[in-house]
Amino acid sequence: MTDAPNRWRRFADWDERPLRLDKFAAEDWQNGFAAFSSPADPKPGLGIAGGRVISLDGVLERDFDMIDRFIATYHLDPAIAPQAMAMDSGEIARMLVDMHVPRETLVRIAHGLTPAKLADVVSRLNALEIAFAYSKMRARKTPGNQGHVTNAKDDPLQLAADAATAVALGFDEVETTMRVARNAWSNAVACAVGAAVGRWGTLFQCSSEEAEELQIGMAGFTSYAETVSVYGTEKTFVDGDDTPWSKAFLAAAYASRGIKMRCTSGAGSELLMGFHESKSLLYLEARCLCLQRGMGVQGTQNGGIDGAPVTATVPGGMRELMAENLLAVWLDLECASGNDARATESEIRVGAKIMPYLIAGSDLICSGFGSILKYDNSFNPSLMNGEELEDYLVLQRDFEADGGLTPVPEGTALDVRQRGIDALAAVYEELGLASATADMKASVLVASGSDETRSFMPRDVAMISEEIKARGITVIEVIKALAKRGFRDEAENLLNVVKLRVSGDYLQTSAMVRNGHVVSAINDPNDYAGPGSGYRLSAERRREVMGIRDVLDQKEVLRSESQHQKEEARHIEYRELGEAQPGADGKEVVIGLSPAFGVKLFQTTAGHKLSEVLGVMTEAIRARGLTPRIVRFRHTADTSFLGLSAARLSGSGVGIGIQAKGTAVIHQKDRLPHHNLELFSNAPITRLEHYRGLGSNAAAYALGEMPEPVVVPTRGEAMGSRYHARVAMIYAIETGMTAEGAAPVDVAVSFKGNAQ
Amino acid sequence: MSFSVKDYPIAEKHPDKVRGARGKAISEITLEAVLDNSVTIEDLRITPAALAAQADVARAAGRPRLADNFLRAADLVGVPQDVVMRAYELLRPGRATSKDDLIAMADLLRGTYKAGRIADFIVEAASVYEARGLFTKRY
Repeated sequence: MTDAPNRWRRFADWDERPLRLDKFAAEDWQNGFAAFSSPADPKPGLGIAGGRVISLDGVLERDFDMIDRFIATYHLDPAIAPQAMAMDSGEIARMLVDMHVPRETLVRIAHGLTPAKLADVVSRLNALEIAFAYSKMRARKTPGNQGHVTNAKDDPLQLAADAATAVALGFDEVETTMRVARNAWSNAVACAVGAAVGRWGTLFQCSSEEAEELQIGMAGFTSYAETVSVYGTEKTFVDGDDTPWSKAFLAAAYASRGIKMRCTSGAGSELLMGFHESKSLLYLEARCLCLQRGMGVQGTQNGGIDGAPVTATVPGGMRELMAENLLAVWLDLECASGNDARATESEIRVGAKIMPYLIAGSDLICSGFGSILKYDNSFNPSLMNGEELEDYLVLQRDFEADGGLTPVPEGTALDVRQRGIDALAAVYEELGLASATADMKASVLVASGSDETRSFMPRDVAMISEEIKARGITVIEVIKALAKRGFRDEAENLLNVVKLRVSGDYLQTSAMVRNGHVVSAINDPNDYAGPGSGYRLSAERRREVMGIRDVLDQKEVLRSESQHQKEEARHIEYRELGEAQPGADGKEVVIGLSPAFGVKLFQTTAGHKLSEVLGVMTEAIRARGLTPRIVRFRHTADTSFLGLSAARLSGSGVGIGIQAKGTAVIHQKDRLPHHNLELFSNAPITRLEHYRGLGSNAAAYALGEMPEPVVVPTRGEAMGSRYHARVAMIYAIETGMTAEGAAPVDVAVSFKGNAQ
Repeated sequence: MSFSVKDYPIAEKHPDKVRGARGKAISEITLEAVLDNSVTIEDLRITPAALAAQADVARAAGRPRLADNFLRAADLVGVPQDVVMRAYELLRPGRATSKDDLIAMADLLRGTYKAGRIADFIVEAASVYEARGLFTKRY
């Protein structure tokens, strides 16, 4: 042992947990590590003279930086501000969690609150209150979700397949980016085509350099943008190479091209970029959000985003991420609520992070759920990824919460992937851009990730991409190519998405497309006002959410048992002899079988044939010179009572009770029902050698010995989660065969074939 | 007319009032029309009128800032892409060497493209940039 003698080795165990890969930062406001408040944060305050803001959160107008200036001019409403700022922060906090105070009232108050006041109010809420207020305050009623579709090779065939899959999973928005910047045009075409498979209305974004992103949008391939970042300090803003005015100009530019847009901001960006002014994360984010409302963008991607991992290192960091999301929706912005950058290596912290959003709902729960595998995510791994997608689907089902996704059957997944691949290959061929071989397509179809594909490589893609750009190919040419090559549905779907920009309906706050209709905060406003109001799962949506794969029902259990029935018939025969009487032979051990044992059920939950189980037990009893007597009980299916009843019939006073699922007990006639000699309760891990030991020990007790009890070793498996659904169904079959007062029956068992 | 919340979605409630940049009604923008070349990418552009209608809806829904942004956007519809990108570039820190560069861009937008709201916005930026010393070269 080389361990230090004075270390509890549990710490060594803990060292090996993924959690210990996460690093945690000490609270240190001077260096920017403070979540909710810092001594450097200003006290809330607002001076207005003649309808003009003359001081803001302790800063006089002549000292305003660009952010103060912009907030003073464009966010604060002088008609509301004096009254709103005069309200007690605690009172406003209570209003946020009061279901009787309408959302509109609070939104109107927010128009008159400064960043410091907004931060002061939400910092008074605990995590549960923040989640509740978020659920009440978010703008659109129906929740949605956004997925990342990228891969490590920028392979367009895989992008098309994965985009089609993301659409089938129900993502309302799909976002791509590139490993190699110049591949943007190919990625955009590939995802646009893939996202046109199956239904229309999934909005699509290609995150790239600002000017190029707008150009790709103008060519019709993308329908939204969200990489317009804003920051909470002036120096960070300038280092980010923008100003509030340049970003607001960009916001207008996107709208002028009919493209939906949201800004991005999040705690930790100022910290990472080195200009945090020792202010708290929440206060700086409050400035970002006031700025965004002032700019007139419809929404925001916030909740840490790239800064989420550093925020999660700070005490209260995760609560802060929730609080800033609450500020966003309180300011009436669409909220793509982060939950993207993977903030932890701990799966427990991942699950805990996503839960409040899943149950509260959000316009876009993740602003990038990794629909692909972690290594294929060109944005960096998301909180939730392709690896964990089914966990998320199950969480939806567990909590009957709409996380925006829908399980996809295996056959459907293959179908949509094939369609996406074929459509994109046809477009590239029709436009003379590239030709995909059957082998390339086949490898992509079944690939879980790009490690498994034999397809286009980044250099091939760069050439395709540059040609798309150079030739000025637009979505019109792609639609025509689709139609010409027989992909008419996809051509229609793609055209429908581009057509959205003619009316601009989808530019309104929190707009998405569901079932061919634009749904936004205008025509689907969140009307939460207590239980029974707000968003509820419809019966149809509930059915979708419940539809995860491999769900067990009793029919399925019986079907699998009937497959074993024939097999067992070749190994064992049970013949009933007549009513069993108490034995007089001190050398007998009675084995009491449950009602369905070998009748309707044929194997233990560990998968052992009942003939083998019975075989080894009787053999072990005989080996000690005793005689096994087998009795069928129908008055009970309970292990304890089976065991006690067997013991009371047994000449030796020792009996075994066993259920078909393999749970067994050794009992003695004078004991209380639940005070047995040995219990074998973990049937799923009980092996034949244990049943042999059980027989042997029962014999030993009958001989008046005190044997070493058989211990079935467990490694802490979640036995209940693995087996209880099946066990409950099996047990119902057993109890269904019981009859009150039914007499025990002796059974002659003969082993045949290779059974023991 | 002025649009309200009940007129939304406008493409569904008032399909007759929604037209593309070359006057095509939304009902005329079909796959057939794309295939016979009677619809081009130009027909799939938003118009100042559509943005003004969305501004009405936003204002009626209590979102005056969003409405203002739609109106600034309406100003930019007719501005060619290269001019839009030049104006954006000029608004980034350190690109303009003095207030005059921004004023000249504002004049161009106001004069040539009748983009008064955007021009005012750029003029305002010019004075803030001057006050905050943003006309220093960055690269």
